[in-house]
Amino acid sequence: MNAIMVRELTRRFGRFTAVDAISVDVAAGEVFGFLGANGAGKTTAIKMLIGLLAPSSGSARVAGYDVLTQSDAVRRNIGYMSQRFSLYDDLSTRENISLYGGIYGLRDAEIRTRGDELLRHLGMEPIADALVGTLPLGWKQKLAFSVALLHRPAVVFLDEPTGGVDPVTRRQFWEMIYAAAARGTTVFVTTHYMDEAEYCDRLSIMVDGRIAAMGTPAALKAEFGVASIDEVFVRLARPATAAAGG
Amino acid sequence: MSASAGAPVQLRGLHKRFGDTVALDDVTFDVAPGELYGLVGPDGGGKTTLFRVLTTLLLPDAGSATVLGRDVRTDLWEIRARVGYMPGRFSLYPDLSVEENLAFFASVFGTSITAGYELIAPIYRQIEPFKTRRAGQLSGGMKQKLALSCALVHRPELLLLDEPTTGVDAVSRREFWDLLHDLQASGLTIVVSTPYMDEADRCDRVALMQKGRVLAIDTPRAIGAAFPRALFAVRGAPRHATIEALRAYPHLASVQPFGDTLHFSDRRAELPPAHVMREVGAWLQGRGIREVAVAPIAPGIEDAFMALMGDAP
Repeated sequence: MNAIMVRELTRRFGRFTAVDAISVDVAAGEVFGFLGANGAGKTTAIKMLIGLLAPSSGSARVAGYDVLTQSDAVRRNIGYMSQRFSLYDDLSTRENISLYGGIYGLRDAEIRTRGDELLRHLGMEPIADALVGTLPLGWKQKLAFSVALLHRPAVVFLDEPTGGVDPVTRRQFWEMIYAAAARGTTVFVTTHYMDEAEYCDRLSIMVDGRIAAMGTPAALKAEFGVASIDEVFVRLARPATAAAGG
Repeated sequence: MSASAGAPVQLRGLHKRFGDTVALDDVTFDVAPGELYGLVGPDGGGKTTLFRVLTTLLLPDAGSATVLGRDVRTDLWEIRARVGYMPGRFSLYPDLSVEENLAFFASVFGTSITAGYELIAPIYRQIEPFKTRRAGQLSGGMKQKLALSCALVHRPELLLLDEPTTGVDAVSRREFWDLLHDLQASGLTIVVSTPYMDEADRCDRVALMQKGRVLAIDTPRAIGAAFPRALFAVRGAPRHATIEALRAYPHLASVQPFGDTLHFSDRRAELPPAHVMREVGAWLQGRGIREVAVAPIAPGIEDAFMALMGDAP
């Protein structure tokens, strides 16, 4: 069974259709890149997939649960991190782990063992009690990703996880993504770095609420007859940007 | 581009600490008139602290900083009037409309939107249809254009931009950089920080910063050319197994994912490239990697930057 199944998913705000009948299947363990220009509808689509926003029409199942009728079950079986909101700056590393472990329904003993394992794996034991707000962005993002996986969700949603992060840390982050996928976690990721798009198993490009192209990076490049996903993206997104006034 | 009295930015031995953290460590460089100068480095590298010193918002602990011929310690009011600054975080008034924000910034600098219109027109025209909308309700790309308009409305001689394109999509980023080149062509000197290496490539010169220190200053091309070894683009399937196989290669110097290839270098710099290509190709095939291809490639600024940062695994 696919980890994510989306059928004609649509969301309207008044007269504006933010997400326009998109259909996507993502296999278990796949790294799926969800690309699009600012304002193309990515965030609205993700909000529906994580059960935070009801669709106007269409349906989606995530980790086997319906996002509209079983949104609690969806939220228990997914992880989510975004660049804008992930961890609490005025809590320590360990406190953030405990908080999220509790929210995801882990027992105290599980939080302790998995938290220790996580800190050891990231090499963050010496700074377990430092406030997250004092950590460099790259560390915060790696920690946020690990915390999003603490309850071993079937699917993890990453919304621009590497925004503003340096080239070395971005690559370390993608190592973590590959490792999670190799353990069977399905990864649904947005990024504005087109070199990262090339690392995905498959990707889609959203333009004005619709999925304008979908496939493996190699197939998309062949379809458009270009050498990079960056060029595919520019060809699809530029008319939309011009029409929207920037 | 040596030191000269006319350099819009002159930094000599700048130091700044916050408690135990060294934010700026002996930073020395000049920005030439009309130059598009990039600051590149990881978060915590010192870029934002440097912008705060240049905008007279923060005093250095030691060293000197001259902006448009004025001392940041003593001539703050004159510097502030002649410099445009776009901070990294969105710093406009979300409850004011687009037009109100712009009028506010104009009045703070003793001017008006009309007086500054010519310079901002190419940017502001794109958001003018939304001028009655509250700034907090703009899309990311429009917020960025408004912030740039506000930084330019008093016709500054020096424009300072702290990560203006973080979180902005690839197409809008490209358009933003086209705008920067237009502004540069009008005579403006620009200092811009970025985490994107494709943007660093569009600067006249870049300073690579890490932990408050300047690691290198040069043109993007020269920084790329300073990569210490021969570099190869390697392909293989499955991709992750190919990375693992290269990591196990006994003569590995570095391997980094790069778009749809892997950039690989061999520790034995003296070997002819053809030899390395043969040996690495055979090594990968021997480990069950399919569709192996190895080709020489010219190092770019991102390769050099990662090498300077210490080729983290």
